[in-house]
Amino acid sequence: MNKVPNRAVICDVLMEHAKTDKDITVLCSDSRGSASLAPFAEAFPEQFVEVGIAEQNLVSIAAGLAKCGKKTYAASPACFLSTRSYEQAKVDVAYSNTNVKLIGISGGISYGSLGMSHHSAQDIAAMSAVPNMRVYLPSDRHQTKHLVEALLQDEKPAYIRVGRNPVEDIYTEENCPFEMDKATILEKGEDAVLIACGEMVAPCVEAAVLLKEKGIRVSVVDMYCAKPLDAETVVNEAKGKKLVVTVEEHAPFGGLGAMVSQVVGRECPTKVINLALPDAPVVSGTSREVFDYYGLNAAGIVETVVRNLQ
Amino acid sequence: MKELEILSYDLRKDVVDIIMAGKGGHIGGDMSVLDILVTLYFKQMNISPENPEDPDRDLFVLSKGHSVEAYYAVLCAKGFLNLETVKKEFSRFNTKYIGHPNNKLPGIEMNSGSLGHGLPVCIGMALAGKMNHRDYRVYTVMGDGELAEGSVWEAVMAASHYKLDNLCAVVDRNRLQISGCTEAVMSHKRLKDRFESFDWHVISVNGNDYEELNAAFEEAKTVKGMPTMIIANTIKGYGSAVMENKANWHHKVPTQEEYEQIIADFQKRKEALLHE
Repeated sequence: MNKVPNRAVICDVLMEHAKTDKDITVLCSDSRGSASLAPFAEAFPEQFVEVGIAEQNLVSIAAGLAKCGKKTYAASPACFLSTRSYEQAKVDVAYSNTNVKLIGISGGISYGSLGMSHHSAQDIAAMSAVPNMRVYLPSDRHQTKHLVEALLQDEKPAYIRVGRNPVEDIYTEENCPFEMDKATILEKGEDAVLIACGEMVAPCVEAAVLLKEKGIRVSVVDMYCAKPLDAETVVNEAKGKKLVVTVEEHAPFGGLGAMVSQVVGRECPTKVINLALPDAPVVSGTSREVFDYYGLNAAGIVETVVRNLQ
Repeated sequence: MKELEILSYDLRKDVVDIIMAGKGGHIGGDMSVLDILVTLYFKQMNISPENPEDPDRDLFVLSKGHSVEAYYAVLCAKGFLNLETVKKEFSRFNTKYIGHPNNKLPGIEMNSGSLGHGLPVCIGMALAGKMNHRDYRVYTVMGDGELAEGSVWEAVMAASHYKLDNLCAVVDRNRLQISGCTEAVMSHKRLKDRFESFDWHVISVNGNDYEELNAAFEEAKTVKGMPTMIIANTIKGYGSAVMENKANWHHKVPTQEEYEQIIADFQKRKEALLHE
């Protein structure tokens, strides 16, 4: 089992590049520990800005720095970053088109037992609805590394959500196909397609194996790019299939499922089932306990596919 | 400074003409903030339309973005924009010349409109100046009603924490907001003390007086280790008795009769200056 959380990988990549690129600037809102960015603050104090517990300030200051040529990475728990500073993300980052990468850490229900205030089950919907904002949810540490490497090459706004805990590897260091804004097809099958992002990719991969044992062959798509959604891959994979299942650690509205459904409904109508968190305060527990409770696991995905293909 | 004051009445007319042409705008705050903008753009800031991306230029963010018509008039006079184009385009369908600053237009650094954004953005700009060892200064103007936004105070706290002596903020203290007197809506008692308690250098001036404004900006440049806040005590609607100190002129479009009276008042005050 992998022991490295995606947030630590973000720190590693930024540190590697910060050695030679003095414009890389990291901002935290008393969140350097929870964001795994303390090593960056330690190694590059002149490229690190602490704003205290003030998420609105965090994002606006990042935008001002970016306006003056800095490549800014503003990291804060996703629950606060995507709601408390939503307007700053909309106006100062997306609307003013500043080179700010918003890193939403401990996203989704990573803070399971801390309650709804600490859950970010609305961030895909919220951030995707802002013009000029891109939304990424990498599935494992290897993909996270490629994503951050790619983001360092552009000057556009983006929101990246990662979870708190280490997640199982989907890829290997040697084998992590990555193309910016293109989904990765992990499995090809003709009966149904599973489309997931972030931590929900792993149970889809597991489900595909279990389904194969039952004689059902499914495609598995890692749609780390919620926005811009890779609509071409959605259409290619959904076309001719009886069933599309989306899986996400998000509210049932406005997230990956909604976006995939729009594309499928328009381009290649077929049945789409959206597996997501409920439209209700989420039960407390570890991520695993919460996912199991709502069927956001391999067994739940298998059951959904089998039932809907009958 | 007298020539700037004389210029200000021509620009006031431009503002009213822009508002008449676009059939909308925030005329009261335009008139209160105009002298602050003229002082910055014509006396203080190192900025030029010939080299708008100069990395050493001074930076300005109009945090009270609804006063964009005053900003347009100043940017036209400074050569960034064309007045006839602004009048033709302002508030029209599919225009860049919208009712708040738009950074797709020359001379405008950041979009604004929602209040409480300018100061924190300027902190980022001022921090970048320190990090990059550049000598530029960063300016913003907020409204006094805007001070009720919590994000302003997050920024007030941070600016002194980072000792941003390259940052100078101005409050356009016209004491009126859309619902009426600021002191009735949300009071700002002991405003100078409030900023001073956050370790800002605070200067209180008549914000429609060029000598006082310019002296305050000069003083701000000499302050080391802390940011400066200029409380510019202004008159909303300044320039014509038709509008002065009247809350309902927050975003009123003059009737033709009012327009003629306002322009005549501007002319009268300009003439008086010319014959002083």
